[in-house]
Amino acid sequence: MKVRFWGTRGSLATPGNETLRYGGNTSCAQIVGDEGTVLVLDAGTGIREMTKTFSPKLRRVDVLLSHLHMDHIQGLGFFYALYNPDMEVHIWGPATPTLDLRSRLMRYLSPPLFPVHLRDLPCNLHIHDGSRMEAEIGEFKVSSWQVCHPGSTVGYRIEGAQGSVAYMPDHEPVLGGVRFMADREWISGISVADGVDMLIHDSQYTDEEYANRIGWGHSSMKQAMEFTRIAQAKLLVPFHYDPTHKDDELETMLFEAVAEAKPGFPVIPAKEGDTIDVATQKIVENSP
Amino acid sequence: MMHRDIELILMRQLASSLASAIFLVDPLGTLVFYNEHAETILGRRYEETGPMPVELWSTMFHPLDDRGKPVLPEALPLVKVLKTNKPATKKFWIRALDGVKRKIEVTAFPLIGQNQKLVGAVSMFTEVTA
Repeated sequence: MKVRFWGTRGSLATPGNETLRYGGNTSCAQIVGDEGTVLVLDAGTGIREMTKTFSPKLRRVDVLLSHLHMDHIQGLGFFYALYNPDMEVHIWGPATPTLDLRSRLMRYLSPPLFPVHLRDLPCNLHIHDGSRMEAEIGEFKVSSWQVCHPGSTVGYRIEGAQGSVAYMPDHEPVLGGVRFMADREWISGISVADGVDMLIHDSQYTDEEYANRIGWGHSSMKQAMEFTRIAQAKLLVPFHYDPTHKDDELETMLFEAVAEAKPGFPVIPAKEGDTIDVATQKIVENSP
Repeated sequence: MMHRDIELILMRQLASSLASAIFLVDPLGTLVFYNEHAETILGRRYEETGPMPVELWSTMFHPLDDRGKPVLPEALPLVKVLKTNKPATKKFWIRALDGVKRKIEVTAFPLIGQNQKLVGAVSMFTEVTA
């Protein structure tokens, strides 16, 4: 079970020399199981490059959307699997009390925001409500829970024979408080991340930045570490970096947060192009 | 593992920040939180009472109407809300846990989650002059 990162940035794509090491594409990751099951986590701008690497033999791919903010769906129209009539594409994501997922996606995949209508995509497309789902997808068991972030947003838990991954790119578990609730059952997202082998978590801010952005739906690097400790996850992968943070600043943030929080678990920051093996917690490939 | 719905978590966080008295129950009616202002009216800190089932909290404050007759649990706004999923309101007397009789006005409403299911109910209340 391997996780490859195709876009690690939050909010806005930020290409350029100052984001080369961690990447400038918005949120997109790919999980590939040992039996070949392919899951795509969000459809930020990183998704375009991913599609080029699909095996010609691949016939099914499942896209798990955490929510429908633009940085998580902007690449959907450039996900070439959608234009392949031989491909079965399943899109999972949160509905709202008044709109199903198809209707919500149509707001983007239709003019004037995009020239192609959702209904005109030639692939074999299936759209599922992922607001609170439990499903067997290939070799994985996938479940979702609503988490604290403006609008309908979920975190995904993916479990397979080789390990488990929690994906929570946009998450503000301390909203309204100065610290985490003592009782973990009252912490947003705890069921998603409980005891997982790898937690991919929102790490958008420094603590100082968070203080001025309460309610925006994100976490600081240190909050991500504290959440990981409470959830008893075995590895933290910080993700969804603020577009204003250059590579050097990100490394300083990470260094300072580790020095202060002293996490008792490894922390491997997500970098565009890196592939992490969930079982060994090692970066097994780096293809920028 | 045991976890709370996000709507209930957010409601508790909001209640912690409000000066209005808030009493929060889960879909089964189990008390899961009341805030600081509610503590002053109910006469005991939530940390001391902790969670309790509907059968207990609906009787422990000895609710009475203006004529001194007991208000049955099923007539309490929060219990009504859990049965009907509709808001309810009522004025009645309680004997708080500090021993003081207080008249309160209660407005209760359901928390319907994004999946259209009941995730809990809220009672907002104020002390009113007799």
